[in-house]
Amino acid sequence: MLAGFKRFTRNRGAAIGLCILLVVLLTAVIGPLIYTDSPWKMVQRPFLPPFTVDGLPLGTDALGRDVMAGLVHGARISLLVGLVSTVVALLIGVPIGAAAGYFGGIVDDALMRFTEFFQTIPSFALAIVLLAIFQPSLFYVILAIAIVSWPPVARLVRGEVLSLRSREYVEAALLSGQGTLQIILRQILPNALPPIIVLASLMVATAILLESSLSFLGLGDPNVMSWGYMIGTARTVIRTAWWLSFIPGIAILLTVLAMNLIGEGLNDALNPRLSRKGR
Amino acid sequence: MIRFILARLVKAAVILLAIMIFNFLLIHAAPGDPAAVMAGEAGATDEKFIADLRARFGLDQPFSVQLWLYVKSMVQFDLGFSYRQNMPVADLIWQRLPATLLLTISAFVISLVLGVIAGVLAASKQGTWWDTVISTLALLFYATPLFWVALMASLLFSVVLGWLPGFGYETIGANYTGLARALDIGKHLILPATTLGLFFMAVYMRMTRASMLEMSRLDFVKTARAKGLSNGVIQRRHVLRNALLPVITLAGLQAGQIVGGAVLTETVFAWPGIGRLLFEAISQRDYSVLLGVFFVSAAMVLLFNLITDILYVVVDPRIRLT
Repeated sequence: MLAGFKRFTRNRGAAIGLCILLVVLLTAVIGPLIYTDSPWKMVQRPFLPPFTVDGLPLGTDALGRDVMAGLVHGARISLLVGLVSTVVALLIGVPIGAAAGYFGGIVDDALMRFTEFFQTIPSFALAIVLLAIFQPSLFYVILAIAIVSWPPVARLVRGEVLSLRSREYVEAALLSGQGTLQIILRQILPNALPPIIVLASLMVATAILLESSLSFLGLGDPNVMSWGYMIGTARTVIRTAWWLSFIPGIAILLTVLAMNLIGEGLNDALNPRLSRKGR
Repeated sequence: MIRFILARLVKAAVILLAIMIFNFLLIHAAPGDPAAVMAGEAGATDEKFIADLRARFGLDQPFSVQLWLYVKSMVQFDLGFSYRQNMPVADLIWQRLPATLLLTISAFVISLVLGVIAGVLAASKQGTWWDTVISTLALLFYATPLFWVALMASLLFSVVLGWLPGFGYETIGANYTGLARALDIGKHLILPATTLGLFFMAVYMRMTRASMLEMSRLDFVKTARAKGLSNGVIQRRHVLRNALLPVITLAGLQAGQIVGGAVLTETVFAWPGIGRLLFEAISQRDYSVLLGVFFVSAAMVLLFNLITDILYVVVDPRIRLT
C-alpha cells in the first residue's frame, strides 16, 4: 500500500489531478464561508462581464446574480453528489456482486441477469425518467445517479470474488468455522479493494458529469445552485453573454479531468501489473 | 449463425418485456393516481379522458390484470396517448425516430472511425509528440460535458465563424429537394453528430491504443516479424485486426450512452428527434411520452447490441462455434 502511494505521487498526471481536486475541494469547503449570501441573491445589474466591477470577479448573470458565488456553491453540490451517489452505488453493487460471485449457480445467474438488465437500458434516459416522475430533489438526484451507476461495480466485484473464493486462505477460514458473511467481509472483500477503489474514483467523475447534465436539462434540485443549472439558464443568452455558459463548463471539465487523472494514477499505483506505463 | 441470432432475439425480447414491466411499476410508484400520471400534468386533462384511461387499463381491477392489460397494449405498439400533443405517443415517436437514428448512427460511425484512426496513430508513434497530443486530447474530450461542448461548438462554428448552421434539421422555407436537401441536412448534421461523437471518440481512441500496444507484445507478432513481414503489414493484418475486437465489444456497450447523449445534443441543436421529444415531455410532465421514448430508446440499444454481436462473429470466426 505504501509502495502504491509512492508510485501514485510520482505519477505526473495524478499529481496534477490531485492539485486541481484540492483547489475544488477547498473552494467547496471554504468558499461558502466567504460567499455567505445565497447564490440566488441579485447583487448588481445583470450581464456584467467578468473583471469589470470590483467584488464581482466573474460578473453577473441574466438576473444580476454573482457568478463567482454560484460557482463556489456549485462546487459543493458537484462534489457532494459525485461522492455520495458513488457511495450509494457501491452499497448496491458490492453486495450484489459479492453474492453472485460467492454463491454462484442460480443466485449468480439471477443477479447477473438483473445487472445486465440495468446495463442494457440507456442509463441517462432512465435517470431522466426517474427524476421526472419523482420530485427532483437532491435526494432523488443522488438516488437516480446511483441507480444507473451500480452495474459495473457488481460485475467487477463478482469477478474479483469469483477468483478469490478458491484461494487457500479462504478455505482455511472456512475450515476454521467462520460464517459466510464473515468470510466475504473479512477475507475476500479487503483483497478485492484496490480495483474497487479505482473504479469508484472514476465513477465520481461520471457522476459529476451526470449531475451537471441533469441540472442542465432542469432536472436538478431547484433549491441548490449547480454548475449544470448555471449553463442551462445561460444557454438562451449565449449570443450576448457567452462567458455565462463558458465559465461553469470549464469548472466541470477541470473537476472531471482531475478525478479521471486521479483514477488512472490509482490504477497504475494499486494494480502495477495492469499499469499502462509498461505498455 | 441463425441459431445464434435467434438466441439473441429471444434475449432481447425478454429484456423488452422486463422494461415494459419496469415502466408499469414506475407509473404505479409515482406519487398520485396512476391514471393522472398516464394522462400527464393535472389540470391539462379532463375527467372523461381519465375515466377512459381507467377503463382501458382496468385501473380499478387487481394489479395482475392491470399489468396484463398494460403489457398487451405495449406489445401492440400502443404506447398511450399524449393529451398534450393530442396524438398517439407511438405516432409522435415514429415521426421523430428517423432524425435520431440519423444523428446517433452518424455520431457512432464518426467516433468509431476517427477514434480507431487516432488510436492506431498514437500506438504506432508511442512516446512521440503525436502520442502526447492525441492522448491529451482524448483525456480532455473524455472529461468534457457533452451539452457544454455542443453549446460551445454552436457558438464558435455557427455564431462567430458562420461556417455551419447551429440549429435545426434543415433550412426552413428553403424547400430543397433531392440531393440539395440531402446536402442541406448533412450540413445541419455535422455539428450535432461530431459533438455527440467526441466523448466516444476519446473512449475508442484510448481503447484502440491500449489494445494495439498490448497485442504488439504477443508472440504471434514476434513470429510475423521473424518471418520478415514489413512493419506496416504486421500492424494492419495482425495487430489491428486483433486489437479491434475489444473495441467492438466496447462500442456495443456504449450504444446506450450514445442514445442517452442524443437527448442533450438534440436539445442544444434543436434537432427534431426523440431526445428533444423527451426534453419537451419533461417540461410538460407528459409521462406517457416520457415512458414511450424511454421504451423505444431501450429497444434501439438492443438493436445496436444485436448488430455489434453479429459484427463480432463476422470479425472473429472463433466465436462461431459457441
